[in-house]
Amino acid sequence: MAKIKGDIVINTDRCKGCEVCLAACPFTVIAMSKEVNSKGYHFAMKVNDECTGCTNCALVCPDGVITVYRAKVATE
Amino acid sequence: MEELFAKTEIHKPENIVYKRTDLLVDRPLSYCPGCGHGTAHRMLMEVIEEMDIQDKTIGVSPVGCSVLAYDFLDIDMIGAAHGRAPALATAIKRMWPNHFVFTYQGDGDLAAIGTAETIHACNRGENITIIFINNGIYGMTGGQMAPTTLPGMRSSTSPYGRDVPTMGHPLKITELIAHLPGVYYVTRQAVHTPNHVRKTKKAMRKAFELQKENKGLCFIEIVSNCNSGWKMTPVQSNKWMEDNMFPFYQLGDIKIDGKLVEKKVTVE
Repeated sequence: MAKIKGDIVINTDRCKGCEVCLAACPFTVIAMSKEVNSKGYHFAMKVNDECTGCTNCALVCPDGVITVYRAKVATE
Repeated sequence: MEELFAKTEIHKPENIVYKRTDLLVDRPLSYCPGCGHGTAHRMLMEVIEEMDIQDKTIGVSPVGCSVLAYDFLDIDMIGAAHGRAPALATAIKRMWPNHFVFTYQGDGDLAAIGTAETIHACNRGENITIIFINNGIYGMTGGQMAPTTLPGMRSSTSPYGRDVPTMGHPLKITELIAHLPGVYYVTRQAVHTPNHVRKTKKAMRKAFELQKENKGLCFIEIVSNCNSGWKMTPVQSNKWMEDNMFPFYQLGDIKIDGKLVEKKVTVE
């Protein structure tokens, strides 16, 4: 059986930690990291595998740091 | 292990459903975290990419936070004197009628110092697109009161809130210019939720399509936040904007196909 799987890749060096994507995600896939990036911001990161590739987080990201992948993955 | 397998399977170029458009120059935006300018820039560039008009689009950047827009948008740009972007865009459009010309202005630029240029460009019905970012404050200079500041709203020059008897009423410039016959399409949108971002992109696409048909001036207002000027976190400022800005600046189309639309509330 095929299932839609999504994944996001966050360019953590460009993330400014505004947290707008957290509210946009319907599956709470994104959380803020404890570490900071080179600019000193707590960056967004993916914390679970619930992502469906809906692109909501990428659409609202003011800095466009999120790339979204979506694919049909065969599962048993 | 299973997760690793899934990731290698998904991470292929053909599976990309969304990525930052290449028409935005690959450098960090100079805006504050959570500022609506970045999203507005990206939607604008996506529309230009989809319509494949990069080589014949000329933008006019304002004075304000977005004065550096020419550093980020990979198209031909000109920086106008404060508030004079519509006048400059008029000249460009008359020189090159087949090019797509837009101005990208903030509320201090468009609704304060540039009121005369804005109103007369709209009245002449120039075939340009005006993108107006309204955050109710002068963001770049430190959060001073703008013509669009709400009654009672605090800013650095109205620390006790805007007092209407002494400081005047907020200016709804979008409603004002919607009544001019030269203006063909007027809409007010926002960019803080995915739904609003999609609607904004649709409105921009429509405005550029109408410019192609030489229909008249198209005006898109984007109600945005200014979290550093409002002294809030980005998420708080978006909430504050929904609660306070949207009841006053109601979202939705104001004029379609040269006809005024009956007021509809589309606040969610």
